[in-house]
Amino acid sequence: MSTPVATRPFAVAGVARAARVRRYGLWLAAAVVLLLLPQSVRTGTAIAVMNQMGIAVIFALSFNMLLGQGGMLSFGHAVYFGLGGFIAAHVLNMAGRGAIYLPVPLLPLVGGLGGLAFAALFGSFSTRRAGTVFSMISLGVAELMAASSLIFDKFFGGEEGITTNRSKAPLLLGLEFTRDRQVYYLIAFWLFVATLAMYAFSRTPVGRMANAVRDNPERAEFVGYSQHRVRFVSFCAAGFFAGIAGGLFAVNYEILTAENMGLNASGAVLLMAYIGGIGAFVGPILGAVVFTFLQSMLSDYTGMWLLYLGILFLATVLFVPMGLAGLLMLHAPVWRARRVGRLLGPYVLTGALGFVAAVGIIGLLEMVHFVAAGRTGTRRLFWLVVAPRTLMPWLGFAALVVAGAVGVRWTGPRAVAAFAEASRPGRP
Amino acid sequence: MFQLIFFSILNGLVYGMLLFMLSSGLTLIFGMMGVLNFAHASFYMLGAYVAFTVGLHLGFWPALVIAPVVVGLLGALVERQGLRRVHRFGHIAELIFTFGVAILVEEIVQLVWGRPAKSYQVPAALDFPLFRVMSSSFPAYKAFMLVVAVAIFAFIFVILTRTRAGLIIQASLTHPQMVAMLGHNVPRVFMIVFGIGSALAALAGVIAGPVLGTFPGMAQVLGSIVFVVVVIGGLGSLSGAFVASLLIGIVQTFAVAMDVSVGGALAAMGVHVNTAGALHDLWRVTIAQVAPILPYVLLVLTLILRPTGLFGTRET
Amino acid sequence: MTPAIELSDVRKSFGATPIIRGVSLAIEAGTRQALIGPNGAGKSTLFNLITGKYPVTSGRIRVKGAAVTDLAPYEINRRGLARSFQVTNIFTRMSVFENIRCAVLWSAGYRYSFWHRISAARAVNERAETVLEQLNLTARRDVPAGVLSYAEQRALEIGITIAGGADVILLDEPTAGMSRSETEHVVGLIRQITAGKTLLMVEHDMSVVFDLADRIAVLVYGEVIAHDTPERIRANAAVQEAYLGVPQGGVA
Repeated sequence: MSTPVATRPFAVAGVARAARVRRYGLWLAAAVVLLLLPQSVRTGTAIAVMNQMGIAVIFALSFNMLLGQGGMLSFGHAVYFGLGGFIAAHVLNMAGRGAIYLPVPLLPLVGGLGGLAFAALFGSFSTRRAGTVFSMISLGVAELMAASSLIFDKFFGGEEGITTNRSKAPLLLGLEFTRDRQVYYLIAFWLFVATLAMYAFSRTPVGRMANAVRDNPERAEFVGYSQHRVRFVSFCAAGFFAGIAGGLFAVNYEILTAENMGLNASGAVLLMAYIGGIGAFVGPILGAVVFTFLQSMLSDYTGMWLLYLGILFLATVLFVPMGLAGLLMLHAPVWRARRVGRLLGPYVLTGALGFVAAVGIIGLLEMVHFVAAGRTGTRRLFWLVVAPRTLMPWLGFAALVVAGAVGVRWTGPRAVAAFAEASRPGRP
Repeated sequence: MFQLIFFSILNGLVYGMLLFMLSSGLTLIFGMMGVLNFAHASFYMLGAYVAFTVGLHLGFWPALVIAPVVVGLLGALVERQGLRRVHRFGHIAELIFTFGVAILVEEIVQLVWGRPAKSYQVPAALDFPLFRVMSSSFPAYKAFMLVVAVAIFAFIFVILTRTRAGLIIQASLTHPQMVAMLGHNVPRVFMIVFGIGSALAALAGVIAGPVLGTFPGMAQVLGSIVFVVVVIGGLGSLSGAFVASLLIGIVQTFAVAMDVSVGGALAAMGVHVNTAGALHDLWRVTIAQVAPILPYVLLVLTLILRPTGLFGTRET
Repeated sequence: MTPAIELSDVRKSFGATPIIRGVSLAIEAGTRQALIGPNGAGKSTLFNLITGKYPVTSGRIRVKGAAVTDLAPYEINRRGLARSFQVTNIFTRMSVFENIRCAVLWSAGYRYSFWHRISAARAVNERAETVLEQLNLTARRDVPAGVLSYAEQRALEIGITIAGGADVILLDEPTAGMSRSETEHVVGLIRQITAGKTLLMVEHDMSVVFDLADRIAVLVYGEVIAHDTPERIRANAAVQEAYLGVPQGGVA
């Protein structure tokens, strides 16, 4: 009995050291990847997409400080993103006129403080309650701001929005931001700092209490914490980081419109965070990257990118509520037990059948789109040229959907069983 | 002035009753299932679009019946296949699910019917002025909307208070577990209420489509207002929803009709503000421009001051 | 000496129904006391009034001499009063260790800090580990609290209550639903953790009550009909009547 107790501190210290090395190593690797990423791509479009991703990642992480960590579902988180962005844009214009001294690299901080100020204002009353009431107030605030944007013309710039020019601001250390590539490094820097800060926040006393209040607000009150105050602190922090993302948006796009703080922008960040997985810190990162990638890729091919992302979102809600990150983390024990090989077969089979069904659904939707738009003749779909005004392609794609769906119904449970078998602890 | 007030009240009544057609279903669903159905207004939009298409082939009157039936069945399907599945993950998950449905419906509407607004016309039989007061006339169609809304109100009232099904629904509002214990199939009651709520929303869409416009954004425009109505009225309270619908309807209609600036209105009340100050945008705004904000200001105030709403008894 | 808890003519009605009908009670500091009474007597309601979960309809409550009548639960907790719940009330998605750690944070002075690393809060972590060992839950340290067995969750429930080091502890049916051996373990645990502190507990298991309590208060229909040592309570005619239904004076 005494032996394990005596050796425990050393064992714990050893494990802790290994964990620390692994954790710092991970951050270091992330930094290196961020630095090298632009070298790996040639096109300007790729850089532009990466900039968009960086901003989206910060925004989605800040959103998850509310939903995943604090249990607050906000339908108006873009308000703080947008207000931070507008404030940053105005400040950048002032700096450009020489009215104040502020170099571009510090601008995201201005956006962050703007987001923080408004989060403190609206959060003071909206965080009094959790659950559905919080969601409704967030929606009310979002609509309030959308309506206000039509009134405060000077600040929101009406329909055209507020334009700005990052090249007119004073330089810091001679850093110029004329090209997208240069802006990339600015975004990457703030992405790294903000992600680190948000991760650190989740490991502070108030960050932990945010989880506690999410799980059981009543009990949190009986261990000395005001649930309102805990939610308020989280809300302010989330507003701050959303504002940083907004500030980066202002620098990157040099324009902000009321749409950037509208309901659709707030909805998009919910989609990102949820698809990625709100239960894990990396979830929103994955979600924002996947969402932005699909969005930019799909919008090249189809006008219905939001429909596809919406379907992906609903499928996540219904079938994989833990999101991508949750799904991956579920497999950690399997990975550690080196049994991934056993899953390969069932997973590939199910995935292939799912892919067949997806091809069928996409084909049908695209043909609906074609016919509904009143077009005639043929169009390219995947590797085929189809004539949507004839019966055959409809039957063909419908057959794919049916075959895929029936197949998945059959192989899906087998894949789940294989997973359960592989993740069972013990000797293989 | 009399003319303005008279028509504002009448129009407010029409708009308010339309809101009630939506909010009654929403608040019933919320009251019974605890689900704030984000997609409720999407069913309203689907009603308008389905009616438009049916109307092209069969005319307005068959569409008035067919569209709500179709959408009601669709609503029941969404409840059965989707909502019931996420139910075990809690109310936040349900809210997220209905939010997803709302996005999907809007996208599907754009896919099938296109982005531009549809010229969904008032049926010829009702396209005449019902009466005139001085220089303004009141269209017969608006009177028809009022009649339909009142009929629905009566229908719900009778169902809820005079039938056994209504008693079960009312009991499920407050004591769902107990009702299940008494041997009633609560999930099926939920599905039926969800379906009927969707059908009512669709009916509202059928009759509002020609007046408020049939376009892909129509769900979002009205959806948020309907949320406001059920919160102000008190979540789960039908009478609250009725009063709040009329209140919002009339307040908004009046505000829209007022072409006075905020500064001017304050001056009329004896408050003078510096119209050249930092907030000068605010003082020059007309009351009509403020109208869209009013419901949300009311919403936020209600949630701060009286979270249970006017007639509600519970908070979440 | 100031009582740890002092109620003066506390009343509570839900709607028109009076549940607590004028309770005056003083719990001396450093004693272990039990609150007993038939079902529906208002024992849990009284706990909820003392801890600030419900506002009183009238009357005054003092904890360690300071008025707490209209304070929020967290404010009362900060004055060194902690409670457990009859129905297990834990942070289900967090690990057992995190559950205990959250209960330590405020009393360790971390307040709403976002500038401290929680893993570097040495005193907090050591205290949480100590409590885990006391509860016999060290082996379950990293398991989500929601998947613990019932008895383990009850132990955690007590752990969250005492982790903050409060010196006035209210336990609401700590042994409810437990087997004989589990009950014995919990009684030992309670005895250990409340040494030198004030304990007030609601309990239905009379062997536990008479084993642990220095004094017993009997609550019947919202009124304290007796407050005395276990021996005297045993002999009290009014208590006999409340539990056995013997009409007063009928025996004599």
